[in-house]
Amino acid sequence: MTSVAALRPKVVAASVHAELLGVSKTFPGSGGQGPVTALDGLDISLRKGEFFSVVGPSGCGKSTLLDLLAGLSAPSQGRARFEGQDISGTVPPGIGVVFQEDASFPWLTVSDNIAFTLRRTGTDPAEIQRRVDYAIGFMGLRGFEKAYPAQLSGGMRQRVCIGRTLVMQPRFILMDEPFGALDQQTRLLMGDELLRLWRETGATVFFITHALDEANLLSDRIGVMSARPGRIIDTIETGWPRERDSRLAERGEFGQLTARLWSLLREESRIALGMTK
Amino acid sequence: MRGSVAWIRFAVVAGFVLGLEIACRAGWINARTMIAPSEMALSLAGIMADGEIYASLSMTVLTILGAYAISVTLGTVLGLLIHRYDVLRRATAPILAAWYAIPSFAFYPLFIVLLGFGRPALVALGVKLAIVSMIAATIDGLDKERRVFDKVARIAQLGALARIRLITLPAALPHLMTGLKLAFVYSFIGVVAGEFILSTAGLGYEIAYAYDNYDTTRMYGLILLTCVIAALINSCFRFYERRLPGGGVR
Ligand SMILES: Nc1ncnc2c1ncn2[C@@H]1O[C@H](COP(=O)(O)OP(=O)(O)O)[C@@H](O)[C@H]1O
Ligand SMILES: [Mg+2]
Repeated sequence: MTSVAALRPKVVAASVHAELLGVSKTFPGSGGQGPVTALDGLDISLRKGEFFSVVGPSGCGKSTLLDLLAGLSAPSQGRARFEGQDISGTVPPGIGVVFQEDASFPWLTVSDNIAFTLRRTGTDPAEIQRRVDYAIGFMGLRGFEKAYPAQLSGGMRQRVCIGRTLVMQPRFILMDEPFGALDQQTRLLMGDELLRLWRETGATVFFITHALDEANLLSDRIGVMSARPGRIIDTIETGWPRERDSRLAERGEFGQLTARLWSLLREESRIALGMTK
Repeated sequence: MRGSVAWIRFAVVAGFVLGLEIACRAGWINARTMIAPSEMALSLAGIMADGEIYASLSMTVLTILGAYAISVTLGTVLGLLIHRYDVLRRATAPILAAWYAIPSFAFYPLFIVLLGFGRPALVALGVKLAIVSMIAATIDGLDKERRVFDKVARIAQLGALARIRLITLPAALPHLMTGLKLAFVYSFIGVVAGEFILSTAGLGYEIAYAYDNYDTTRMYGLILLTCVIAALINSCFRFYERRLPGGGVR
């Protein structure tokens, strides 16, 4: 474990919320392609209530890692645990996921999309309405409640999916490049909102991004992944205070930390792109 | 935009009808070959007022509905199975692709031999024409359910039935609508054309009978009736299609 602010008082080791132990994932080959080993011997352990980001070259297995942590797929080897239980391949309750691709339902309005999962829980309709309304404001979708996804931009559709996940108030939120379709300003502001929500709910967040400054800004810890087959090659503790927002970027340490992330990732990214030294 | 499209469509049809009217009135088209649209309308009005046609008409409509019902249910079930089992998909793909290249009416004598001379053979002909469009639409609709929706369903802890009701069906609906519409058109064509070729009753038979007796006026009145029925049903489908949630846009 390395830390830029090594001299700050160390965070008390909190309880483990979700973890993968010695996990490998190999996809069987198909259509003339051989099998692909996406992850190989990966360990990761998320503390309860922390904001953990993962950065890594594209195709290194980040989305695969998310599926394993959420119980959406089972590891080929090793174990996946959530709240002390083995979850290999079954989704436990209390988990919310925002996927990399657009997962909004084209046949539902923005409001109905956001309420979709919540309606399955038997929550009181007034409470559903209240939470959906809150999410619409929170996600900057006011005025689009009755719109269908086909009438929205890609970034707005992604915010609908984020809303659908957050109204569930999950204990464990997994997000796969959720701000990928947003412009930089919206991305920063959404990050601030996400941080605020994270503080208020005390949820554990697992956040995949390819933007190093975004990982830096949001996270308590950042896992850096190698080129495929993916492993966590280093975990960086940012040491940021819990009360934080995008203005962190003004600090000198912020730039140093982003630079450090890049130095760790540069070689892996070259390998992922097939560049020679 | 939609307004101007409707206007252009109207103008094309009106122009065609008017042109035909002029051509017939001016004697450019022989009255034994084709009668003026206004006379067709008059002939149709006479046929409807006379009322003798209703027995044939209801028989034809029932036969079409029979062929349609079988095509839709069987087509959906077969579509589900082919979607579900890859072996079936690979086995049936070339058959489905070549289906409409086979002249369906060549099967009609066979159906008559197998099912006798009457309504069942006509139903079979309608089904032969219609079922594949329903199978194809079902497969297409189910294929369109994106993999990520499966993950959303699992995160939402949906059971198998809830998932079909809340995700699979609505995702497939626009495609199923296309299938429902095409299957109707094909059932209609199959039954009416079958009656025309060989039968003892029905709308197609009435047209053939008028034709054989050189009763051009009645024949065109009946053809107009056929067109009106087809157009009415088609607009019903369009009406519901537009009202699909999400504007039918996928
Ligand atoms: N369902 C799958 N079947 C086969 N190969 C897969 C599947 N999912 C991912 N892969 C492969 O695993 C590797 C990692 O993919 P992914 O986890 O999506 O990477 P990332 O999210 O980091 O870009 C890629 O080479 C990808 O092609
Ligand atoms: Mg990915």
